[in-house]
Amino acid sequence: MNLAAQDIRHNLPRFGLTACGIGLLLMIVLGMGGIYRGLVYEATLLVDRVNADLWVVQHNTRGPFAEVSSVPANVESRVLAVPGVAAARRFVYWTIQRETSGRPLRLAIQGLVWPDDNGAWLPLAAGGPLHQAHYQMIADRTLGLQLGERIKLGKDFYTVVGLTKGMTSASGDGMAFFSLPDAQAIQFDEPGEAIRLQRNTRFRQMQRLDLGQQQPALLPRVSGQTADLPAILPPTVSAVLVKLAPGADAQKIIATINGWPDLTVYTQAQENDLLVHGLVDRSRRQIGLFRAILVIVSTIIMTLILYTLTLDKTHDIAMLKLMGARNRVVIGLILQQALLLGVIGYALAALLGQGLFPLFPRLVVITPQDFWLLAVAVLGISVLASLLGIWKAMRISPNTVLA
Amino acid sequence: MNGDRTFSSDAPAVAATGLTKIYGSGNTEVVAMRDVSLRIERGEVVALLGPSGAGKSTLLTAVGLINPPTVGHITIGGVPVMDGAQPLTDLAAFRRQHLGFVFQKANLIPFLNAAQNVQVALEINDTPPRAARRRALELLAYLGVADRAGNLPAALSGGQQQRVAVARALANEPNLILADEPTAALDSHRGRQVMELFRQVAHERGAGVLVVTHDHRALDVFDRTIQMEDGRLESERSEKI
Ligand SMILES: Nc1ncnc2c1ncn2[C@@H]1O[C@H](COP(=O)(O)OP(=O)(O)O)[C@@H](O)[C@H]1O
Ligand SMILES: [Mg+2]
Repeated sequence: MNLAAQDIRHNLPRFGLTACGIGLLLMIVLGMGGIYRGLVYEATLLVDRVNADLWVVQHNTRGPFAEVSSVPANVESRVLAVPGVAAARRFVYWTIQRETSGRPLRLAIQGLVWPDDNGAWLPLAAGGPLHQAHYQMIADRTLGLQLGERIKLGKDFYTVVGLTKGMTSASGDGMAFFSLPDAQAIQFDEPGEAIRLQRNTRFRQMQRLDLGQQQPALLPRVSGQTADLPAILPPTVSAVLVKLAPGADAQKIIATINGWPDLTVYTQAQENDLLVHGLVDRSRRQIGLFRAILVIVSTIIMTLILYTLTLDKTHDIAMLKLMGARNRVVIGLILQQALLLGVIGYALAALLGQGLFPLFPRLVVITPQDFWLLAVAVLGISVLASLLGIWKAMRISPNTVLA
Repeated sequence: MNGDRTFSSDAPAVAATGLTKIYGSGNTEVVAMRDVSLRIERGEVVALLGPSGAGKSTLLTAVGLINPPTVGHITIGGVPVMDGAQPLTDLAAFRRQHLGFVFQKANLIPFLNAAQNVQVALEINDTPPRAARRRALELLAYLGVADRAGNLPAALSGGQQQRVAVARALANEPNLILADEPTAALDSHRGRQVMELFRQVAHERGAGVLVVTHDHRALDVFDRTIQMEDGRLESERSEKI
């Protein structure tokens, strides 16, 4: 006959409720670790998916994710000229926030170098890659957009032709992919009035210049489209991505590009590091701290519960001692209840977590190792939590029966 | 420290000499028991009478090895167990092997049913669960409460609870059964039935039984009554019925 089990059967609702509470606490402990893993996973996801050997960014910046980086688009051609570089392409990335149907829509925009890159490498859950040079987009499912839905960004409408799965930026925003010119059009979109004023300013400046007076034919051109002006640089890009030829000497190429005073180059691993250490390191410490506090809180709560359960049984424990029960009978009673609470709490945490975490707004990644760690932690918490109750039980005198 | 080795069947169930118990110290000192000597043979049922505060419970718990005397010797079944407050054996082991207890109320563990309450005493004393279960049911039958074996104490009447408590006290065939006002919570008819159970147990099983009681109507059940007052045994009266 198991005394612990009999006692629990007798106090089932109370015990069940307690186990539920502990289960929820443990679920949060489990989730905290998962949230951190999710942060790291999301932060490095794009870099991993893009899978470039080198990231060429603006000199001395930690771009393009940790901070703004801006390099001329022609860096692509300069980098291609370095021996050992197999391919280079422009990379455009930034985040915008708009409203659609009344709720904020945060898009992490990336430009694809159409037609070389139509987004076929993306993990598509529905639809397909871009199939024309303009006015199409591939959106991540987390953005809540539907296939075929048209949204207005800048001056144009873009149709969703594909939906990706799990493509989020380091800050958890869903990604949207456009052809590079579209992406830049969205980035550099300015209101009509601003453009008109700009053109007017240019026109007036030109009128005052010698050049404008000597060549009046230039005047209509400066009041035209910015992109048509040879004297004005084309829009910049965030970075240039490099693929190395097989067997190329990476160190040498890095040294060459880093030698150019306007650029800095990172390997894929370094870029990942920038993200993990720059963006999520503080979150990691924050979450770690919360997790530690939660473990302590769980231990304290369980200690109090087991202590109360023991106090409630003072008379029964005294009776057992009076009958000559060995200490291990009494210790076993408390310890078994502690472990059972722990086991049920753990099972609840694992089950609830697996059911609920996928519904969380940001990715929660639980690994088998997390489950093992939690199991060991729960074992420790249960034993630790039973000590106060056991200490109390050991001090109960059989005489108490008469009181 | 195994009591069994020196346990002799012709030794008295309990022999205590010169028991004195002082609670507290200094200003709060209470002498609850002064130089008390007591001897109960096997198969003998003895009633311990006296006003409230006389020291009856103190004597009973001292002999029951849960409240060590300040001074005095206690020998149970021929085995010396206490020298003053000094235990001469493993008291918990000695209690589970040789003593049985019944109190006024709340004797039973509320989360165990009647059979389990008896069974737990047997299992504590290393009886395998299956045998313990069988013996528990036998004992409940012996005390006439077999039909309540599966009931929790809360579902039993006061008299039934005391029968289960007696069954539990008997479980390990103790040499000495100690009962403190076991019938105080029962009506006189049920009270008398429980007292008769003690007599039956003592006579059939050869255990010594010491019962603290206020119930003077059931005194004829006892082989002997002793009177306690102000910490002393006042008089001893032997009356074989
Ligand atoms: N734990 C204790 N501490 C101090 N005094 C006690 C304690 N237990 C009993 N006493 C005192 O000892 C005396 C005898 O008590 P008790 O043996 O319970 O008497 P009875 O059972 O005859 O009513 C009483 O005066 C009581 O107040
Ligand atoms: Mg008393």
